[in-house]
Amino acid sequence: MALLNEQLQGQLKEVFSSMKNEITLAVFTKEGDCYSCEETIAFMKEIETLSDKISLETYDLEKDSERASEYNVVMAPSIVLLDSDKKYRGVKFNGIPAGHEINSFIPGILEVSGAGEALPEDLLMQVNALSKPVNIKVFVTLSCPHCAGAVQKAHKLAFESALIDAEMVEAQTFDELSNKFNVSSVPKIVINDQYEFVGNQPLEIFLEEIAKTQ
Amino acid sequence: MDFNLDMNLNDQYGKNKKATFDKETLYDMLIIGSGPAGLSAALYAKRKGLKVGVLSNKVGGQVVDTTSVENYLGFDFVTGEGLVEKFMHHVQTLDVPMLKDADVKSFEKTESGFEVALSRGEIIKSKTLILATGSKPRRLGVKGEDAFIGRGVAYCAICDGPLFEGRDVVVAGGGNSAVEAAIDLSKIANSVTLVHRSEFRADQIIIDQLKRLSNVTIHLQTEIQEVFGDGLVSGVKVLDKATGETRELKIEGLFVEIGYLPNNQLVIDQLDLNNRGEIIVNALNETSMKGVFAAGDVTDTPYKQIIVAASEGAKAALTANDYINRG
Repeated sequence: MALLNEQLQGQLKEVFSSMKNEITLAVFTKEGDCYSCEETIAFMKEIETLSDKISLETYDLEKDSERASEYNVVMAPSIVLLDSDKKYRGVKFNGIPAGHEINSFIPGILEVSGAGEALPEDLLMQVNALSKPVNIKVFVTLSCPHCAGAVQKAHKLAFESALIDAEMVEAQTFDELSNKFNVSSVPKIVINDQYEFVGNQPLEIFLEEIAKTQ
Repeated sequence: MDFNLDMNLNDQYGKNKKATFDKETLYDMLIIGSGPAGLSAALYAKRKGLKVGVLSNKVGGQVVDTTSVENYLGFDFVTGEGLVEKFMHHVQTLDVPMLKDADVKSFEKTESGFEVALSRGEIIKSKTLILATGSKPRRLGVKGEDAFIGRGVAYCAICDGPLFEGRDVVVAGGGNSAVEAAIDLSKIANSVTLVHRSEFRADQIIIDQLKRLSNVTIHLQTEIQEVFGDGLVSGVKVLDKATGETRELKIEGLFVEIGYLPNNQLVIDQLDLNNRGEIIVNALNETSMKGVFAAGDVTDTPYKQIIVAASEGAKAALTANDYINRG
């Protein structure tokens, strides 16, 4: 049975018609105990059929460990978006981006395809001034309406800078990690495992926190 | 598995891109806020032929955080988000420019009207302003609350509920929001205790629903005095007002649903506010400053309801239209 109903498929096709370049969904799963791995693959297969600019590659977290480390993938399921040159642009989803997270996943695809809007000049300058690697984790739940906005912002920054790696983390799938960072309100944003804030804050706040890591 | 696709994604990208703001234009009306009041004002203004734009920092406002809406005429059941989607779709068929993630810093009266300054330094000019900035969750104001925000103290049950799967939680409040949050949480949490300092204010129909749930306990006339824990919330101290006894409830999550405070930061020194900080408006939605109108939760209009906010937004737009026509 299809996960996406006909109406939703139609809507997504229309959104995807705005894609600029091709993208690749590199999906990492693992054998054995893997919550939502099967659904994630099924979901991604359906997404692939909705645009000829989208192709799917599946990997195993352990068997393809080299590939995994290339994209800093340490959990499964994990979806990495690659641009038309098959380059990782720092846009990653850990856990299935269903529920409200479809609203960060679809924009992620469009962004990596090159259809996103440019960052305002002043913010772009701040992003370009970075000199050290930055990891942004955005913890979400699938029922949170404004979490996707925070994920989108993190991914936008990552797309603009080779130094930023931004990942959505679905808090219930990865509850150990969530507990480690005391996630009890979402979206919770953790930068370089050290600086954190809660809420879908403006890009300026993201950049303020990022500046602390430099 | 559910997918809650935002129907307005299409407008953000590529060929379906909608009207954008023009910084050179003198707008007839700028609406600050995009909840029910702001969107309804946009609809009425555009239909009157006004040059109107919306400055938004959270599309849909607080309605988005509501699981279900069952008292908006014409909808026996709709999710908060579903309702906002319909509002947005309606407004966007008229091609009203909307700036998202716009943080309005200040506004100033000028000869031709107003200059609105955004935090990124942009200035937008307009003849009239409609303030529909809504409200934000009120805090309990008890010891420990601030320290445990994001560490067990939460203000959005649908967002943070899943993180308390199988745990014991307290919901503070006795209005519709609190009762709805308790009902939602009862499906996820091990137990839910609703604590309210007076009697229920919620609609009887949902109180009855709440009372039928086996893992829900209700403590009325009970006041939360302190939130405590070690790094994360481990309990709350409550006072039973009837017996004068204090006791501790061992819980891991406290969901605060005790009403709202107006988002009045923008006007606090410029407009007349009542003692609750709400903008004082008359029946025509006029504020104490000429050319500035206000609608929805940020005003002193009684009953913070979606349908009330929407109708107030309509009124504000019509009054502003008359004001512009009078010159």
